[in-house]
Amino acid sequence: MLDILVSGLLLSGTYALVAMGLNLQYGVARIMNLANGEVLVLGALAAFWLYTTAQISPILTVILVIPVAFIGNWLIYRFLLTPLVRRSKTQGALEVDSILATFGMSFIFIGIMVSIEGGFFFYKYLSEPIQILGSTTSLNRLVAFLIAVLIAVGLYIWLHYSRPGVAVRALSVSTEASGLVGINVPRVSALAFALGGTITAVGGALISTFITLDASIGVVFTLKALIIVIMGGVGEIRGAIVAAIILGLVETGVATLIDPGLTLAAAYFIFVMILLFRPQGLFGRRAV
Amino acid sequence: MKPATWQELIWAAVLVGLAAFWPMVTNGYWLGIGVDVMMYTALATSWMLFSGPTHYISLASAAFFGIGGFVVGSGMSDYDASFWSMLALSALIGAALAALIGLATLRLSGVYFVIFTLGLAEMIRNLVSWVQNNFLGSRGLYVLTDFTDTHLYWMLLVTAASVYLLGWIISRSRLGFALRIIGGDETVARHVGINTATTKVILFTTTGFFAAIVGAIIAPRWSYIEPNQVFSPHLSFFVVIMALLGGSGRLWGPVAGVIPFLLIWNWVDSNFPNQSILVLGFAFLIIVYFLPHGVVGRLEQLRARARGRS
Repeated sequence: MLDILVSGLLLSGTYALVAMGLNLQYGVARIMNLANGEVLVLGALAAFWLYTTAQISPILTVILVIPVAFIGNWLIYRFLLTPLVRRSKTQGALEVDSILATFGMSFIFIGIMVSIEGGFFFYKYLSEPIQILGSTTSLNRLVAFLIAVLIAVGLYIWLHYSRPGVAVRALSVSTEASGLVGINVPRVSALAFALGGTITAVGGALISTFITLDASIGVVFTLKALIIVIMGGVGEIRGAIVAAIILGLVETGVATLIDPGLTLAAAYFIFVMILLFRPQGLFGRRAV
Repeated sequence: MKPATWQELIWAAVLVGLAAFWPMVTNGYWLGIGVDVMMYTALATSWMLFSGPTHYISLASAAFFGIGGFVVGSGMSDYDASFWSMLALSALIGAALAALIGLATLRLSGVYFVIFTLGLAEMIRNLVSWVQNNFLGSRGLYVLTDFTDTHLYWMLLVTAASVYLLGWIISRSRLGFALRIIGGDETVARHVGINTATTKVILFTTTGFFAAIVGAIIAPRWSYIEPNQVFSPHLSFFVVIMALLGGSGRLWGPVAGVIPFLLIWNWVDSNFPNQSILVLGFAFLIIVYFLPHGVVGRLEQLRARARGRS
């Protein structure tokens, strides 16, 4: 029981981080990014590749990934998604277009990744066993959790106490009103999208230290991140954290008590419950 | 979508009549392509019946298709049931599942629906594998019938024609009128008294019904069925690409996407098998950026321009 609690909580740290990334992209930039999981796997691939070819520590990779992912995601938003934002007349039309476009991108990412590494991204880093509260886990899970918490706290402070952070939050409340009070909407949207992608890639690099991924697994992470975002309420950072903890615990519980093959089914079960009983999310405001 | 005309129905009937002779003039490779074309025509047209007017992107085709194949496989090898009874059963299960999913997700914004269908096939595959591993023992199922590709081709042709006919009837009915208003503006539709959720659920149910039938018909082609194979998520992506490539403006739009895409895909897959997933990605991007209304939309645009000039 304690084992489930500890490993579930450790897992939820990285989940929360990834969901925050998606939250910035969907809640602020209004892009439903289905390539999110692939960006995560790209981060994981970077960690794997640098570690196996050049023995660069995944922790260092996390720092290296930040500028690359930021610029990459910014370019994607600027050149591929901005035309769609301009073209669409309604939020619904933008959603359909962005879903299809990011879907296409996700396949292109998969294609690129398969050509780099077709097998599993398997490597060992900090895999010594450690004891937490009497339950055994591995050091890499703890390290990944701590880094995820660090980044999440930093993001939270930035969003709440800095000028650009406030602009980002304003955009998540209303795109039109933000424009009226003098916020440069296209610029802040691009910033939020790039930042979200960066956080996702960092999360991927962290996850790769304790879960073995492969090029085609991205969609599962997209789905989990989406479920967390919806469960927490779109645009809600605190909600995403609580939702990530719930998902992490439930998944670990199902995997240890019933069958590891049913974690996705467990995530779906939570999803259905949320849709049926609290579609605005645990912390979300009901749409007016 | 405009209401379909009698003229279109007659044209469709003529084409179906001609298509029925395909197995007489070819065999082997080209007959296999014909089976694929019919399969995806049925899937893409029924997908379009729902997604065309509502603009909801359903990625659930693979889930229903897989259920069709799996029900046939399981029924025939575990319970010695006949193919036809299992075909009927799988259609009912597909429709029931679609109705349940629709009831849970279609009352809300379209995003929830897309997300839900995104991993649905994978989730059902996990569940089926789990049930099989723990309770049923064997992993694969045998579907042994006397059907040849020719029979499958004709069955799929009948299915595709039925989907078309249903679409034609719907587009001339009150339901089709309601759908056109929903497609134009959902808020308006709700204010003029259309029950938008029920309308969408009904349409989505037909999609699940037909996808399960297609999956059941295709099952004998494999003769050995494994969850990983019938629940392959790629099928859903193919259906979406083909339907959108064709265009949503007309009932016959998806056919115009199915045939070119399958030919290109087969060529790419046999010449550059490692790059095929990239092609899938670029196909999505091309549709979004250059063909937002599909091939049919582009053709009609060109025709309108030519008419404007003369």
